[in-house]
Amino acid sequence: MLEIKNLTVNYGVITALHDVSLTIPRGSIVTLIGGNGAGKTTTLRAISGLLQPAGGSIHYAAENGRAEEITSVPAHQLVRRGLAHVPEGRMVFANLTVQENLQMGAYLQRDKALIRRELDYVFGVFPRLQEREKQIAGTLSGGEQQMLAIGRALMSQPKFLMLDEPSLGIAPLLVKTIFEKIVEINRAHGITILLVEQNANLALEISHFGYVLETGRVILQGAAAALRQNPQVRSAYLGGA
Amino acid sequence: MTEFLQQLINGLSLGAIYALIALGYTMVYGVLRFINFAHSDVFMIGAFAGFYSSRALPDASVAHGLTVLCIAMIACAILGIVIERLAYRPLRARSKLTVLITAIGVSLLLENLGQFIFGAAPKRFPQIFPEKNLTLAGGMTLSSSQIIVLVVTIVCLVSLRFIVMKTKIGTAMRAVSFNPIAASLVGINTDIVISFTFGLGSALAAAGGILYSMNYQAIDPLMGILPGLKAFVAAVLGGIGNIPGAALGGLLLGVIETFVNGSRWSTYTDAIAFAVLILILLFKPAGLLGQLEVEKV
Repeated sequence: MLEIKNLTVNYGVITALHDVSLTIPRGSIVTLIGGNGAGKTTTLRAISGLLQPAGGSIHYAAENGRAEEITSVPAHQLVRRGLAHVPEGRMVFANLTVQENLQMGAYLQRDKALIRRELDYVFGVFPRLQEREKQIAGTLSGGEQQMLAIGRALMSQPKFLMLDEPSLGIAPLLVKTIFEKIVEINRAHGITILLVEQNANLALEISHFGYVLETGRVILQGAAAALRQNPQVRSAYLGGA
Repeated sequence: MTEFLQQLINGLSLGAIYALIALGYTMVYGVLRFINFAHSDVFMIGAFAGFYSSRALPDASVAHGLTVLCIAMIACAILGIVIERLAYRPLRARSKLTVLITAIGVSLLLENLGQFIFGAAPKRFPQIFPEKNLTLAGGMTLSSSQIIVLVVTIVCLVSLRFIVMKTKIGTAMRAVSFNPIAASLVGINTDIVISFTFGLGSALAAAGGILYSMNYQAIDPLMGILPGLKAFVAAVLGGIGNIPGAALGGLLLGVIETFVNGSRWSTYTDAIAFAVLILILLFKPAGLLGQLEVEKV
């Protein structure tokens, strides 16, 4: 569904990504793990058009369509093609109500009935959001804001969803709920997911495939189950010996 | 008491004009975080657009007045969008200081172009609405132009509130103002929202320009400077970036100024606005309704 070849991204004179190549098959959950500054967020930002890559290509194939090059297509045009990105730090519109946030998620949808249906679907996934519908988003807890950020992304009816650190700064109990929801979104609705996560254990548990990034390069890749057994991964990212 | 109420009415009608201009400053600041110093000259162009379009509609009637008002608002909305497109958008990725200096440049350009095209000598602004004075109980007078100022301002404020709070584009404006990156990730084309904001703010400035000219009757290409600066003070007073704050700041400043003008310190009327600016920056830098923002890196 998404094919990244030799992606290179620079911040000024610093190269954040060197020749990163990733393949995300349709219907899968793929995870990027790695420490701080490994280039995980940069990868997502380059895919969603927030950053201009210095080299390489990104090809995206929506439903059975031919793969289309989306390198450097601006972010707001990718939403229409079915890509959604839940950014690091959630970035909910804290000055808007929960309902308005979700409506903004369906910004490109003109059909009111479809928006209503999508809203019901999101409330089905996250009932907590329905309880908080009229509340200003800035007053939600961290976990609720994460639900809202994911819900907002789902409102655009994505085919491909990128999640950046969904567990960051959230109570452990809610992290579990959110990861269950991620699996549900993938299994029940066939949405392909690219997950960036510090919590490698959790991420590999729900993923099909994983990539390990270190200082802007892919150093390891493989099936999630195999990566969990890999001694190098275990000692560096899973806290094992 | 009568004099107090009379001054209050005078103050509110002056403040309404400041409020209309201040809204443009505050909305643009809301989405782009910079002060569009050319805004006061859009106000001036609004007055001239009214001046020239009223020649085609010579007799004063409510319908003609409203037509002139609409023409000026549309002309300025287009001007505002063009200014943003040509002068500010190419600098979007640059530092705010660069854009700020460019705004001063655009302001000077409009002022000098105005002198070149319209002439530097003041022109008499024609009467576009029928003039009548109402005498209220207690001997207060309410001129029809004051009523028009207040009615037009209220209609503008209510419509603006509706657009910003209830429509999709208004919600998108608030979303872009809070976080442009998140806005683009949900599919909002931030360029369109920014153009819309400039158009809306400039249309309100044009309405302010017409109302101001109706009350002061003389217009010239530098007429925007002082009211523009005061409206900027009003926007800061209310909390820059905060829409209700700009309206409140404008009205307050108009009332304060009118009362000072009616006292024995009237010489210092203009100084008062800037004293207010200094005081607000010293004691409540976020403004009356604003919230302090933590600068994010």
